[in-house]
Amino acid sequence: MRAFKQHTGLVAPLDRANVDTDAIIPKQFLKSIKRTGFGPNLFDEWRYLDHGEPGQDCSQRPLNPDFVLNRERYHGASVLLARQNFGCGSSREHAPWALEDFGFRAIIAPSFADIFYNNCFKNGLLPIVLAEDLVDRLFQETETTPGYELQIDLPAQTVTTPSGEALRFEIDAGSKHMLVEGLDEIGLTLQHADDIQAYEQRRRQEAPWLFRA
Amino acid sequence: MSGKTLYDKLWDAHVVRQNDDGTALLYIDRHLVHEVTSPQAFEGLRIAGRKPWRVDANLAVADHNVPTTDRSQGIADPVSRLQVDTLDENCRSFGITEFDMNDPRQGIVHVIGPEQGATLPGMTVVCGDSHTSTHGAMGALAHGIGTSEVEHVLATQTLVQRKSKSMLVSVDGAVGPGVTAKDIVLAVIGEIGTAGGTGYAIEFGGDAIRALSMEGRMTVCNMAIEAGARAGMVAVDDTTIDYVKGRPFAPTDKQWEQAVAYWRTLHSDADAQFDRVVRIDAASIEPQVTWGTSPEMVAPVSGQVPNPFKESDPVRKSGMARALEYMALEPETPITDIAVDKVFIGSCTNSRIEDLRAAAAVIKGRKKADSVKLAMVVPGSGLVKRQAEQEGLDKVFTEAGFEWREPGCSMCLAMNADRLEPGERCASTSNRNFEGRQGQGGRTHLVSPAMAAAAAISGHFVDVRTF
Repeated sequence: MRAFKQHTGLVAPLDRANVDTDAIIPKQFLKSIKRTGFGPNLFDEWRYLDHGEPGQDCSQRPLNPDFVLNRERYHGASVLLARQNFGCGSSREHAPWALEDFGFRAIIAPSFADIFYNNCFKNGLLPIVLAEDLVDRLFQETETTPGYELQIDLPAQTVTTPSGEALRFEIDAGSKHMLVEGLDEIGLTLQHADDIQAYEQRRRQEAPWLFRA
Repeated sequence: MSGKTLYDKLWDAHVVRQNDDGTALLYIDRHLVHEVTSPQAFEGLRIAGRKPWRVDANLAVADHNVPTTDRSQGIADPVSRLQVDTLDENCRSFGITEFDMNDPRQGIVHVIGPEQGATLPGMTVVCGDSHTSTHGAMGALAHGIGTSEVEHVLATQTLVQRKSKSMLVSVDGAVGPGVTAKDIVLAVIGEIGTAGGTGYAIEFGGDAIRALSMEGRMTVCNMAIEAGARAGMVAVDDTTIDYVKGRPFAPTDKQWEQAVAYWRTLHSDADAQFDRVVRIDAASIEPQVTWGTSPEMVAPVSGQVPNPFKESDPVRKSGMARALEYMALEPETPITDIAVDKVFIGSCTNSRIEDLRAAAAVIKGRKKADSVKLAMVVPGSGLVKRQAEQEGLDKVFTEAGFEWREPGCSMCLAMNADRLEPGERCASTSNRNFEGRQGQGGRTHLVSPAMAAAAAISGHFVDVRTF
């Protein structure tokens, strides 16, 4: 997994609450058996005026000029500013895959849905929770300041605005470590294979019905 | 020291190791696998040269992409077909038990798990699908995971988890006639909101939950995720144990006795403390209908579509206005004035035998309204379908002008050929009314099976209690 330490990037504001994973990546694109290539279909129903299907050349499709990511000033954005409960709905990891493939490295919101939040960490994508009033202010600053960039420092747990103000965010130590180091979680868990085997041995005695083949 | 919650008991029984950062390595007893969220996980195993840790803990089924019409010709859409073939191939090569598309036991993963006794009380159950919360109805700890975690479970039989906070949702007293499990859970979501349960594991309790059948409890736990909670659960009682007994994967003989003795302990202690308690008066719950594009946008059938101008919070106000625009609804429209184009009875929320019986009871001897273009019933599994046919329910549906289909996820999320066309309005027994969920531009109203059936007959929503 790609590590995340520091990142400075252009901010795009998505001013809607409860953005669900069906909106992030519609179901027809979930038929892929690959992990990559979802970026062109990120927010497909909002981004294009026609109906999207897998395998299309998206560069030929009519764009919705009203959708924020289609506006010239947000081209190349890598930090998504969002509202509460971002990523609600299904467990599809295709949602963070699509965001990452599009070019986002971090998402800032007042809250995230649990499964989506966990999925981000497995894919080098940093979800940052900031208080609602701070997010409100970032929305205002982003919209009034062309080229608005934020500087994110994961080890220091700060988001720094262009004026130099550093906003602190909280993140649990384990998730931070995985992301900063870009670690393979399965490899780490398998270092505890003996513990897993010992647990299984005990459970076979206590609850043998769980091990019927 | 106070007693333990059901969640505490389930959690404690599965901790393999406590990590220094506050997370724990949690053992997974049952891993359910379907075709959409697993191919990249199997590919990851292959790339890393890893094998499944414990093959017999996995059970796989294809459900999202399968056609609900004649299957003798296979799947027409080559992209869907490849995904289902990939699951078949992965299960064959890793030795995982799979109910393939033509197996009589095939069905929606969250229907077949309990139906087979493959999900049991006291288990940890995961699946790459957010509606895995359904299995919590068994008195299990069950939640959805992403594909990276699917791979992690395959490779290690564990997950690295941080314990959630605990919430008790107590539905006190008895619901009135015509009010179902679906109405209870929609009312709960309306009360606490779609993010109300974020960070929590919800235990559903109270007289109204105790009075529900297992099918009803599954409907309630299924939608815990729509309240933001990854896991929902219900304590074990006689209803649970009677349901499990005799199922193919359930224990027998001496192990059954041993298991039941343990399962009887799976309830919150009387002095257990929850981080949050929500109490709802069952008698106040009416049949529910969602009007917007989030499950929390719900109203009682006697109510109206709300007016955004009366909402003071600016984010909520704009969300409501956008939802009404998408749904093509005017503020303050009575719910019973909303006409529907299609009716879908099915999904992991409401496709079990009891759901089909409830819908058939409303429909019997009546006809679908001419204005309703399509009314379809998609049983949750091949075995539910067979049971319904033995009871003659299929005839009730087809004689009323409904289509009787093969089992699968179908128009809940429209990954197969079943979908809404842009602008079509649907009364649906599924779980999500998100924009585009049932087809791009489609408009979904979530309701109970009885309410969906009544809407199909009337052509618009009606109060099933006076129907």
